Amino acid sequence: MDKLRVGIDIGSTTIKVVVIDKDDAIIYKTYDRHMSSITQSMKTMFEALEERFSNETMHFNFTGSAGLRLAKNIGAQFTQEVISATTALRTSAPDIDVCVELGGEDAKIMFFDGANVEQRMNGTCAGGTGAFIDQMASLLDTDAAGVNELAKDFNKLHDIASRCGVFAKSDIQPLLNQGASKNDIAASIYQAIVNQTVAGLSQGRKINGKVAFLGGPLTFSSELRKRFIETLGLEDVFMPQNGEIFVAYGAALEATETPLAINTIIERIKAYRKKTNGKSRKTLEPLFKDDQERKAFLKRHAEASLDTVDINAYSGNAYLGIDAGSTTTKLILIGENNEILHEYYTHNRGNPLDVVKRALKAMYGKLHDGILVKKAFSTGYGEELIKHAFHLDGSEVETICHFNAARFFNPRVSFVVDIGGQDMKCFKVEDGLISSIVLNEACSSGCGSFIETFSESLGYEIKDFAQMALAGKNPVDLGSRCTVFMNSSVKQAQSEAAATEDISAGLAISVVKNALYKVIRAHDVTEEYGTEILVQGGTFKNDAVLRAFEKETGVEVTRPNIAGLMGAFGAALLAKEAALPDNHSEVLDLEGLENFQYKAKAAVCRKCENLCGLTVNIFGDGKRYISGNRCEKGAGFAKTYDAVPNLYLYKYNKLMEYQPSEDKTYKATVGIPLVLNMYENLPFWQPFFDALNVRTVLSDRSSKKLYESGQDTIPSDTICYPAKLVHGHMENLYEKNPDFIFYPNMPYNFEEKSHSDNHYNCPVVAHYPEVVEANMDHLELEKFIQPYVSLSNKKKFVETAHLILKDYVDVSKRDIKKAFDIGLESYFDFRKDVQREGEAALQYAMENDLNTIVFAGRPYHIDPEVNHGIPKLIRSLNVVLLSEDSINHLADQNAVKVLDQWTYHTRLYDAAKVITTLDRVNMVQLVSFGCGLDAITSDEIKDILEDAGKLYTQIKIDEISNLGAVNIRLRSLLSAMNKEAKKHGRA
Amino acid sequence: MAELKYDDNGRLIFTEEMRKEYTILVPQMAPFHFEYLVDAFNSEGYNAELLRTTDYELIHEGMKYSHNDICVPAMLVIGQFIDAIKKKGIDKHKVALIITQTGGGCRASNYIALLRKALKKAQLDFVPVISLNANGFEENPGFKLSPRLFHKLHEGIVFGDLMMGLVHQTRPYEKEKGAVNALKATIDEELKEYFNHRKLFTWKKSKKRIQDIIRRFSALDLDKTPKPKVGIVGEIYVKFSPLGNNHLEETLEKEGVQVVVPPLYDFFLYSFDSRAHDIRRYGGPRKERLVLKALLWYIEVRRGKVRKLMRKAGFETPISYKALKSLIDGFIDVGTHTGEGWLLTAEMVDLIKHDAPNIVCTQPFGCLPNHIAGKGMFKKLKKRFPHSNIVAIDYDTSASEINQVNRINLMVSNAFRNFEKGNSQ
Repeated sequence: MDKLRVGIDIGSTTIKVVVIDKDDAIIYKTYDRHMSSITQSMKTMFEALEERFSNETMHFNFTGSAGLRLAKNIGAQFTQEVISATTALRTSAPDIDVCVELGGEDAKIMFFDGANVEQRMNGTCAGGTGAFIDQMASLLDTDAAGVNELAKDFNKLHDIASRCGVFAKSDIQPLLNQGASKNDIAASIYQAIVNQTVAGLSQGRKINGKVAFLGGPLTFSSELRKRFIETLGLEDVFMPQNGEIFVAYGAALEATETPLAINTIIERIKAYRKKTNGKSRKTLEPLFKDDQERKAFLKRHAEASLDTVDINAYSGNAYLGIDAGSTTTKLILIGENNEILHEYYTHNRGNPLDVVKRALKAMYGKLHDGILVKKAFSTGYGEELIKHAFHLDGSEVETICHFNAARFFNPRVSFVVDIGGQDMKCFKVEDGLISSIVLNEACSSGCGSFIETFSESLGYEIKDFAQMALAGKNPVDLGSRCTVFMNSSVKQAQSEAAATEDISAGLAISVVKNALYKVIRAHDVTEEYGTEILVQGGTFKNDAVLRAFEKETGVEVTRPNIAGLMGAFGAALLAKEAALPDNHSEVLDLEGLENFQYKAKAAVCRKCENLCGLTVNIFGDGKRYISGNRCEKGAGFAKTYDAVPNLYLYKYNKLMEYQPSEDKTYKATVGIPLVLNMYENLPFWQPFFDALNVRTVLSDRSSKKLYESGQDTIPSDTICYPAKLVHGHMENLYEKNPDFIFYPNMPYNFEEKSHSDNHYNCPVVAHYPEVVEANMDHLELEKFIQPYVSLSNKKKFVETAHLILKDYVDVSKRDIKKAFDIGLESYFDFRKDVQREGEAALQYAMENDLNTIVFAGRPYHIDPEVNHGIPKLIRSLNVVLLSEDSINHLADQNAVKVLDQWTYHTRLYDAAKVITTLDRVNMVQLVSFGCGLDAITSDEIKDILEDAGKLYTQIKIDEISNLGAVNIRLRSLLSAMNKEAKKHGRA
Repeated sequence: MAELKYDDNGRLIFTEEMRKEYTILVPQMAPFHFEYLVDAFNSEGYNAELLRTTDYELIHEGMKYSHNDICVPAMLVIGQFIDAIKKKGIDKHKVALIITQTGGGCRASNYIALLRKALKKAQLDFVPVISLNANGFEENPGFKLSPRLFHKLHEGIVFGDLMMGLVHQTRPYEKEKGAVNALKATIDEELKEYFNHRKLFTWKKSKKRIQDIIRRFSALDLDKTPKPKVGIVGEIYVKFSPLGNNHLEETLEKEGVQVVVPPLYDFFLYSFDSRAHDIRRYGGPRKERLVLKALLWYIEVRRGKVRKLMRKAGFETPISYKALKSLIDGFIDVGTHTGEGWLLTAEMVDLIKHDAPNIVCTQPFGCLPNHIAGKGMFKKLKKRFPHSNIVAIDYDTSASEINQVNRINLMVSNAFRNFEKGNSQ
């Protein structure tokens, strides 16, 4: 080919251009961020190209996720980016075995096998790689290069959820707030990316041999490469020169179609731009019809305000509230008449201790002798840390603080919606009490800070970005599932040349829809929650969000002028309530602040198998504050609550008793993975095999390490964590080398209740053995038996079991019949024992006047790696914990509204029905991320509970192991339970 | 006006009176088939109406009235119903809804309960919902799956599968743009009358009609330069419904490939067969099993005859249900039958073996059964058939189209490359 060839790679955040000559040599290249305005950047880029090559005729070829639509619309050639990368690799390094490419929002792996290439891209859920690092960088108050610098010097890797950016973020925020070192966090972020890539993309193929690294993040971050190399044990790594433009180079190599003059392309882009005219395909109504409407809106919201007085003109008592939130820290000082004397609002940008120190110093700078700080309270994520560090007088869970503040502005308030940086909190208020609390699940959080991060990535101040939205004429519809999806929707809108103000308006509307339809899940807000609505939280400072909320609900709401400070204000109000005439606050004075020093140290608690990662903060005065612990033991307290009944711990220990006996001689050994329904059926299988003289060998207790040992064979990255763990258990079992491994498919369970429609197991529980066989073929599969059995028909069971087992051990049908009876008896004994224990626990709670929580989950939720030690956390709060299957037998036989056909779910419904009749007993539903069936159960349980006036609380769990958010949910629930109890005249 | 009556569980039932007065709304789930099915209903004394709406607002209604984590088929179907009731200007007190219920261990069996919840939220709980199922769930005096209706529905599915096969095999090759769609429209118009006929047709009459259709498709002017074939498999709703899969067929045909969609009927056969299988394996009423087996045999005989007619005219035909089932040997057990279960794996093997190694495996985001029989089997398939080229696409009302398109594009690019390689050898 005589003419020059041009490859143009338009990714989610950057544009890369490469021009090559007839010898495939690069003679021109550029790499720019497009700041979301693709057509504009294209114009600039082509003008530069024109300057260099005047109006030369060349072969053009586009590639990259954002280039597809553009190329199609201007009639240019397009090559899919993975194909481009493959071509480039084939040309520059023909001996590559595997290539890992991380882009702005995509992750790809290519396996080269002779002439065959197997290419994989991340699914739509696992998004967030380069853009994810950018987001994380802003949390660490640095940029992508800064993260790399930080990661060079780390001591300890924290567990950061690797599923998606939002999850990781909710892990990192608390770490930061607890004062963990930024170096460790930076390295942990990289490790999370490595884990995500391996777990999500390798899917059973080993990444080894000569491995190429491609894409921006891997090119620019030496430490990210290091994490890959270390984790995968790589020896031969290939880094192409010009790695960041490598895909564009591939596209240039692939450029074959009719050559065009540069000017022709420029003209076509101009025409395309004109045609789309900033109008994107899916658009929504603008926030305001006209200017008049906008002015009326702004005027109305100027009204709800708290007076600020000149601090110098004030003398008397003052009350301090500090809200150490997930992304921001807020401080407020109020006077005797609740007037604002001083306020402070700032981004954490790392360690909250430094931030609060600065905030307090700033406050002291303004105080004068006429003012006495009587009491100081903290709240928010970092409430405990702040309280201990600065000697505050008290702290309260943030939900209660917000409620207090809201009531101040509107005593008749019926509904409070708070959207902060990370959390959404909504409360319904009845009879002056919080009657239901809705908190967002980890997967939809981050919405407020998302707008901010996004505006920053576009180079705008959040204030300006929010104002732009008000002028948006055709807001882009960005969907409402989660921010990763929003990211890609934004990408799509950008490639369609949507105006920035429309994107900003679209984001605001998405946040609101997320709150309404995903978190609150209201179809008609006023009907369910009344008309006295108060909105607050930093996100509502954004007028566009406020407007979108009013438009979506059709209600005019109150937004206090201190919408971002409400938590702190609520804490200050509590401080005022708690104040006593004769003493003043213990809070560190200016001198104390000057001398304030701390050291944060990472440690691991070894008091039980949970091995909590602790952060030990040692303050200047020698006091220590420990965070990251699940139970009281980790915090170093003397008092323990071992006597408080806890069915999750009880069941787990009970299961561990199903072991072969020491003094029996066995004919063979069978390996059983302790996964999914084995947590239910082990009391059958162990005695069953024992009766056949077969020794059972169980896989080890679940752990992160065990999980990681099997993560590269997981075929579906959106499946639930309990299922993903199966792979690690299988690896572990094979190491133990039993004679054979037994893991049956069990589509059906026992029919426990006559009212249920059927008695299925969920599809994943029922058939996971099939996935093991299809994806773990590096194991000795001849030893793996996965029959289809049901325990509810003895005759059929005996036939099947005999047919299968006789090849491995010498047994007759009669033996199996007998063993079946023994197994079944043992299983029912187990069930009855759990039920007895459940009843006894209820009795204990009543006698000792304790709160009780029923954890509604599945049998496998007793696995401490799955429940992340939350049961221990509950015990440390002096609360009795029941499991759903310890009380479900007490329920009546009435049917529920949904098709009730899964045995485990029937138990959930029944348990919910039982507690509606009990005082001081509430339910918390444990839901594994990705559990499709729980979309049905959670709705139904919520209905059952709320119809009876009970609170519904849900905790979503995944690989996440940080408990900050869980803590807030549980403490809010307990606080409401205690208040309720008080109302009824009990302690 | 019909009186609202409830059964012992408080479920609003569809009464005989309602049958006379009410319009039954049917969601569009498979465009090639449902037109005929609705006419079949109407020939039996119902007043059914197919919902063809695809506008964006219905997605919004779905989001508003259903759990956000629920899979996209439920959300869309609920959205389509509520949108229709609100907008169509029909008397909402004279309308009922119908929805299929398979009763398998997948959450799809719960659509009906979710729909009722949504209706209650929308203050439309006076609208009766009819479950269309073969398991005997939820009986209604005003709606019976009579043998006559059953037979007519059977015909509808057979004709739908026939038309789908013919259209897919001709449309990518038509010389005159739009000729195939025009022919389909004409035939659909004729079939409307055919299915609205009260009397049952004999096989002789059906055969004549089928032969006529095949003949007219054979007569089309086609450019038979071969194109790569891309199969579509997956969760039943997103596999067939353009609303669910962002017009996947159209997207693929625009890319210049021939689309192959395995027949709808296999899914129903698989559902009957699964029940029979469970009775054999885990116990249950023997008689029911025999009835199911007889039904399977009867349907297969009919389908076999249609396949023969197609083959005679030079069209490709799907393989028989029995042959399809045998394909999963060594891949997955026939006991895996939640959702699409082993059928999904079988269809992929069939496509790969029959010249369509390029496959889009569709599922709603978070679809549980497909973790097993879809994504869970990719590795085995790739190992056995190294030239297979499968992409999994998750569908979701909030998923970005560009992400989907980009992945499909990769699969199609590879399809073309492999196809050209194959041709040059």
